[in-house]
Amino acid sequence: MATRKIFKYVIFDILRSKLVIGYTILLFVISFGIIYTGKDVSKAVVSLLNIVILIIPLISIIFGTIHFYNSREFMEMMLAMPVKRRDIFWAEYLGLSSALSLGFIIGVGVPLLLYGASSTSLYLIAAGVLLSFIFTALSFLSSVINKDKAKGIGASLIIWFFLSIIFDALVLAVYFLFNDYPLEKVTIVLAALNPIDLARIMILLKLDISALMGYTGATLQNFFGSAFGTIFSIGFLFVWVIVPTLLSLRIFNRKNF
Amino acid sequence: MTQIITYPVRQSSAGNNTPRHKGHPSPKENYGAEVEQLIAIRDLKKSFGKNLVLKGINLALNKGLIVAIMGPNGSGKTTLLKSILGLVKPDSGEICVKDFQVNGDCEYRRHIGYMPQNSCFPENLKVKEVISMLKDVRGNHTEYDEELVHKLNIEEIYNKQIGTLSGGTKQRVSSAVAFLFNQEIIILDEPTAGLDPVSAEAVKQKIIDEKNKGKLIIITSHVVSEVEELADRVIFLLEGKVHVDNTVHELISKTGELSLNKAIAKIMIDYGN
Repeated sequence: MATRKIFKYVIFDILRSKLVIGYTILLFVISFGIIYTGKDVSKAVVSLLNIVILIIPLISIIFGTIHFYNSREFMEMMLAMPVKRRDIFWAEYLGLSSALSLGFIIGVGVPLLLYGASSTSLYLIAAGVLLSFIFTALSFLSSVINKDKAKGIGASLIIWFFLSIIFDALVLAVYFLFNDYPLEKVTIVLAALNPIDLARIMILLKLDISALMGYTGATLQNFFGSAFGTIFSIGFLFVWVIVPTLLSLRIFNRKNF
Repeated sequence: MTQIITYPVRQSSAGNNTPRHKGHPSPKENYGAEVEQLIAIRDLKKSFGKNLVLKGINLALNKGLIVAIMGPNGSGKTTLLKSILGLVKPDSGEICVKDFQVNGDCEYRRHIGYMPQNSCFPENLKVKEVISMLKDVRGNHTEYDEELVHKLNIEEIYNKQIGTLSGGTKQRVSSAVAFLFNQEIIILDEPTAGLDPVSAEAVKQKIIDEKNKGKLIIITSHVVSEVEELADRVIFLLEGKVHVDNTVHELISKTGELSLNKAIAKIMIDYGN
């Protein structure tokens, strides 16, 4: 109950922020440009995918961290009221991740659906929404751990940089070093460790373009076939939403403000 | 989720000098024998990392008083207030607010109004939305004390966004909000810092009026003249301990000085030796 009451005002506040409005407009312009300059839906989805898995995590994690530190005094004030800590946490988390998801759905989803709804574009929208939730959760995690704002933002940037760039390099290194061994199982474990990879796999399995899938995706398709791969990646994306969220809630409950 | 759910401990609030817990030093209660005790703190300790901020605080605060908590920066004033509010989780010791023990349950905060040092409401909300949000969240309240809302001219800025307001104006909003729900205990962290003289006077008058209605008002302040004007009792913290706990009057006469300002200066110099 209290969560819903606070949520309403949190989302009001975030939806009016210039950053979220700018984010929505930016995504809208990019998607419109890509969709209407190309002819083919699946090509448009692939190009959009590359933007989605780069921009969404970055904006979600940075905006999430900044928002958390900016709301710290507000949370303090709310915590001095007869409200449970977890209610405030859920209101803040759900408010922020829904606002970012809404921005994404308007910015990317609407142009895609206007062009013609295919199951692939629905998958792209789902992946974007899940990534928004995941990276908001990670931003909250780094904010509840670090008391200092600069450190928190730094940690968030490192998480993003690691998951979107360094991780792939490490995977390649593993394959290169151990290419004499059967690596299928390792590949699956590695894929599950990175939400960005999972999102990419989920959509590319749907598009059936194995050449574009990267090593993890290709192995996954060979090993499991599309259907299982899709379930696998969606399942693990949900794990990626739940685990960091509950972990930050746990720390939030014990935190000194 | 490991939320420790605990229930308020009902204790007899007989309201006289019987110590409620054995084994702890009985807190000072010589500020009127028949008054109700609202806050009791026993042996409160808190450290942040290696930094020991509160080193065993014992306090009993009764209704109908204005209590000023003073002390140099870093002496633990804000930590003490935040412990009472449950924002900071103490390492050991206990805090009772009315009949509730402070240990994770949030219900007792219904009796406390709080004004933080730096007020910060969500930037993109309008003033009236902030007020209706607080009313919403507090819930089942029918009577609001809107005296300060009128006196501080909050209505004039009802439709402005918080982000466009100046620091002092935000402070005005948050002091009006602290009294809005008519709680028995009101905690104000530097209530007049940043306020213009007219607003500061209005807030001070409100503090005195509420005390006369029988509330407990706790303020922290660095402005000695303000403390001298308002407070019935001064609690001076030094390095995480209650160094002095006395009425303004006695504090001045005991130190043999003429004003509170000099008395406090003397305390600090004596401590330094």
